[in-house]
Amino acid sequence: MKKILAILLAAGGVFSATASAQMLTGAGSTWVYPLVAKWSAAYQSKTGIQVNYQSIGSGGGIAQIKAGTVAFGASDMPLKPEDLRAAGLIQFPTAVAGAVMSYNLPGISSGQLILSGPVVADIYLAKITKWNDPAIAKLNPDLNLPDMNITVVHRSDGSGTTFTFTDYLSKVSPEWKEKVGENTSVAWPTGVGGKGSEGVASYVQRIEGAIGYVEYAYVLETHGSYARMINRDGNVVSPSLQGFQDASAHVDWTKAQDFYVILPYQPGPDTWPIAGCTWQILRKNATQAENEEVMKFFLWGFEQGQDMARSISFGPLPPSTVEAIRAYWKSELGYGI
Amino acid sequence: MNDSGPAARTETQSALAGQRAAPGSRRFSGDAFFHAAAVLAAILASVTLFATVIAIAYDSWPSIQTFGVWRFLKSSEWNPVTQTFGAFPFIVGTLVSSAIAMILAVPISFGTAVFITEIAPFWIKRPVAGAIELLAGIPSIVYGLWGLLVFAPVFSEIEPWINRSIGNIPGIGLLFRGPPMGIGMLTAGIILAIMVLPYISSIMRDVFLVVPSSLRESAYAMGCTTWEVAWHIMLPYTRTAVTGGIFLGLGRALGETMAVTFVIGNSNMMSPSLLMPSATIPSVLANEFTEATTKLYLSSLIYLGLILIAITLVVRFLAVLLIRRLARGEGASA
Repeated sequence: MKKILAILLAAGGVFSATASAQMLTGAGSTWVYPLVAKWSAAYQSKTGIQVNYQSIGSGGGIAQIKAGTVAFGASDMPLKPEDLRAAGLIQFPTAVAGAVMSYNLPGISSGQLILSGPVVADIYLAKITKWNDPAIAKLNPDLNLPDMNITVVHRSDGSGTTFTFTDYLSKVSPEWKEKVGENTSVAWPTGVGGKGSEGVASYVQRIEGAIGYVEYAYVLETHGSYARMINRDGNVVSPSLQGFQDASAHVDWTKAQDFYVILPYQPGPDTWPIAGCTWQILRKNATQAENEEVMKFFLWGFEQGQDMARSISFGPLPPSTVEAIRAYWKSELGYGI
Repeated sequence: MNDSGPAARTETQSALAGQRAAPGSRRFSGDAFFHAAAVLAAILASVTLFATVIAIAYDSWPSIQTFGVWRFLKSSEWNPVTQTFGAFPFIVGTLVSSAIAMILAVPISFGTAVFITEIAPFWIKRPVAGAIELLAGIPSIVYGLWGLLVFAPVFSEIEPWINRSIGNIPGIGLLFRGPPMGIGMLTAGIILAIMVLPYISSIMRDVFLVVPSSLRESAYAMGCTTWEVAWHIMLPYTRTAVTGGIFLGLGRALGETMAVTFVIGNSNMMSPSLLMPSATIPSVLANEFTEATTKLYLSSLIYLGLILIAITLVVRFLAVLLIRRLARGEGASA
């Protein structure tokens, strides 16, 4: 199936190359799709260069860039530096986004409930099964928590949101790390799986006593509920773009090889703990002209596309990170912009 | 009667061929062209099928090597983190959800077919038949969303009642206990039943219509009720075609992807209760294929596809076997 897709894409690439030289093709993550789509529309009207991005999923994106059928691939999970080396690839982050815990509890409205990482991990491990469990009550002394079963909801499809969420749980709960671990899809110890953000959100909305993790952008759009979280510094925070960006700002990207840093559970007083990132992947042996076109597009997005990113709840990368990316391009490829 | 059919056809064919060869070469060359085109079409269809199976088997090879056949079939661990994969829960989910669909759809299809052919007044036959056939034209994603957004909320109101009544019966009650979520194996089975119903019922209706009216009328004249005519006259007369229709519906239920993915709850854990979430082979493929980043993961998903093809082949084989047996039975009783 993927091979067929590769052939189709390759055929498409050849066709488009003859049709117009001013075309960039990319493929991968569905999470970053709204952002790339927004940037590419604006970029085309400004420069005439068309960016054609296919949201076929991170796995597909990695396969396509390895096969050389696209100019850039996008993945929600960073490749390990040794894997990048072996395949002759480089990667850099695109933007920051966050996941929130959405819940359905009669009498308790959005933002009232406070949760901590270890409690969420225990809920997803089925160790906490009632809403009036002492561990939840301790965090919410002012709330009248019902004696109700917790229905755990997770994503059924492989997704970057799941990677961000399970990576967060692995960092806050040794037991989660040992029993389940982190990936774009995992062997869930309990709960029901909804397909896509809309699947999870609709289960949470409908099932009383349900809890699920959803992209922040989706919760904003659908006016879903979210819990406040206790972050690494021990502060209670509400989800916000600033909180997502803080997660990225507190990372010393210059020390991370190939930007292999995963954003959940970063320090900072206002940092949102469940923040995630998408990576763009380039081939080292692609032509310099092609890679430069891709770099120009993303640099334009980093610098000119910040408001566009914010308008769809993606946190732009801080200037220090953008500088680190430019330095990385130069050192890895031998050229840069 | 069955034996005379093909023989008679061959005779007519050879007679026609004799006639055609005579008038001239022009007509003959057209026939040769049609002959070649038909052969080519048949070859193309079967080669495509074989090529697909070979490609799927080739791509699933890494997984077959790692997990073997028997171990993969009986293992219920599906863990992308540790890269351990097993197909058991999905095979069970596929078979059980399809079984529920057939248990619900076959009697209802029989009922509608009998209603349309025997009971309904003339003016209502066409609208009812048309409405049922329309069901077949609805895209499966629509069934999925309808199931998730409309049917599941209603069903979650009914589930507490199921819990209290059927759930308390010893033995069978185990199948009907669980939190009222509105989604799960039973919901998937019900949605599948609605989806396969038009296939089975239109085939039943079509073959019921060709039951000779002399048979039906003599039965009615002997004082048979509609039920007796349907059960003892029409069904035995058409059982080969009816079985074929049922297996056609079953094949569709086994492979259904989108609608099931939305309503089955997608859980790898197995539960005796039909009200609990489950997963099928197609639903796992739909969920995990796009983000399967490692070779073994991807190949295990393709391996699942191979197993689905095998299941479909087994079902098809059973259908052929059953139809042959029924046909032989018909011959004996006649």
